[in-house]
Amino acid sequence: MKKDLLSIDDLTGDEIHLILDTSEAMREIGQRPIKKVPTLRGKTVVNLFYEPSTRTRTSFEIAEKRLSADTLNIAVASSSVLKGETLVDTALNIEAMQPDMIVLRHASSGAGHILSRICKSRIINAGDGMHEHPTQALLDAFTIREHKQRIDGLKVTIVGDLLHSRVLRSNVRLLTKLGAEVWVSGPPTLVPAGIEQFGVRVSANIDEAVADADVIMMLRIQQERMTGAFIPSLREYFNTFGMTKARVAKAKPDVIIMHPGPMNRGVEIDSDVADGAHSLIREQVEMGVAVRMAVLEALSRNLPNA
Amino acid sequence: MPIVLDAQRIARSLARIAHEILERNHQVDELALIGIRRRGVPLAKRLAHAIHEIHHSEIPTGALDITLYRDDLMRTAVAAQPVIRRTEIPFSIDDKRILLVDDVLYTGRTIRAALDALIEFGRPKAIQLVVLVDRGHRELPIKADYVGKNVPTSLSQSVQVHLTEIDGRDEVEILES
Repeated sequence: MKKDLLSIDDLTGDEIHLILDTSEAMREIGQRPIKKVPTLRGKTVVNLFYEPSTRTRTSFEIAEKRLSADTLNIAVASSSVLKGETLVDTALNIEAMQPDMIVLRHASSGAGHILSRICKSRIINAGDGMHEHPTQALLDAFTIREHKQRIDGLKVTIVGDLLHSRVLRSNVRLLTKLGAEVWVSGPPTLVPAGIEQFGVRVSANIDEAVADADVIMMLRIQQERMTGAFIPSLREYFNTFGMTKARVAKAKPDVIIMHPGPMNRGVEIDSDVADGAHSLIREQVEMGVAVRMAVLEALSRNLPNA
Repeated sequence: MPIVLDAQRIARSLARIAHEILERNHQVDELALIGIRRRGVPLAKRLAHAIHEIHHSEIPTGALDITLYRDDLMRTAVAAQPVIRRTEIPFSIDDKRILLVDDVLYTGRTIRAALDALIEFGRPKAIQLVVLVDRGHRELPIKADYVGKNVPTSLSQSVQVHLTEIDGRDEVEILES
């Protein structure tokens, strides 16, 4: 295992399977009366979040606490960053207090790589701009594996705002590495140029993309990252790419529907589908804690100051 | 390599231990077997079966993974990452007499970790320790209540337990490292 987890490319297929196997054991800890094991006792983990996040930050914090780590949350809205401190200076100041791991969420792609070069602490990328969100892809893979018992050979269709999505980029890397057939679909303005090079099939026709799919992953329309006119209107987007019952019916009868959250109901996904029988959206959140525990445990092996 | 227990002697040891367990514990309905992963788990199941043969009562059986409780994980660069497996204790351990089962008793550190892990699941009335082989060299004040065989060893040796359920054969051998 590498020192840091910045990208799915940092992991081999075997390492991904090891993390998913470990997640099984971690999930059981969440079902105990005492939801805590002493594995990271005396270790300090800093959650450094430069972007708003409820689910990911909470999920990491619960995972850290269940492993007995001491955790510290730095939300940028109340920190020296507002006084003009740079990411590198903030990181070096945190590093001077000897944390063991830093979980970083940042709006700039590659922010974790900068920290990785200057910090001794383990760096976990919790989302960097439009680049990657590796723990989300791992929890998606874990959710799929729990329901389908495999990933190899499944047709996974990812629909939505592909351009701005780090979830897409991590998922494509992971799913193709484990042998899934990945299809992506979205309006041409939101399809990144050259995405075929990652080994995915692109279709502007959502009905073709979801036909016989085993898994459908919806991506959020990221209005906060949209600086131009990418779609004519949210209503038109829903008509063309929104996930409705009629579209779900074109996939396999046992298709599972996923969404990394937060959802825009009535924009990329109909409420009927989000709350329907095929939806695993809330289960993904439960899996997230187990997977993050597995990642923290895996990176904590042989910490330098242990 | 010297074989210290063959299949027949393993079976006889477990049968004897089953009798000893029943001799020492009169409230059979309070008993529960918990095997330490990996090879304690099939041993616990075999003991449950052996007790059933003698007494016709079902003893609940669980599996405990102690990897997350070990004290040496971050100290030694272990060759291969130990795989963390699920702990499965499908019953309440409160007020039970727990028979903790492992294959080899050596330094006692695994048992220390297992006790820590177990106590987080509740408050058993008592915990007794069952091991197939006691090879000595304790580093902690821990002693087994039921021992299949005492095997004197040197620190340079290792004791390998093979069980049909995992390894395809029943055998305990001593290896020189």
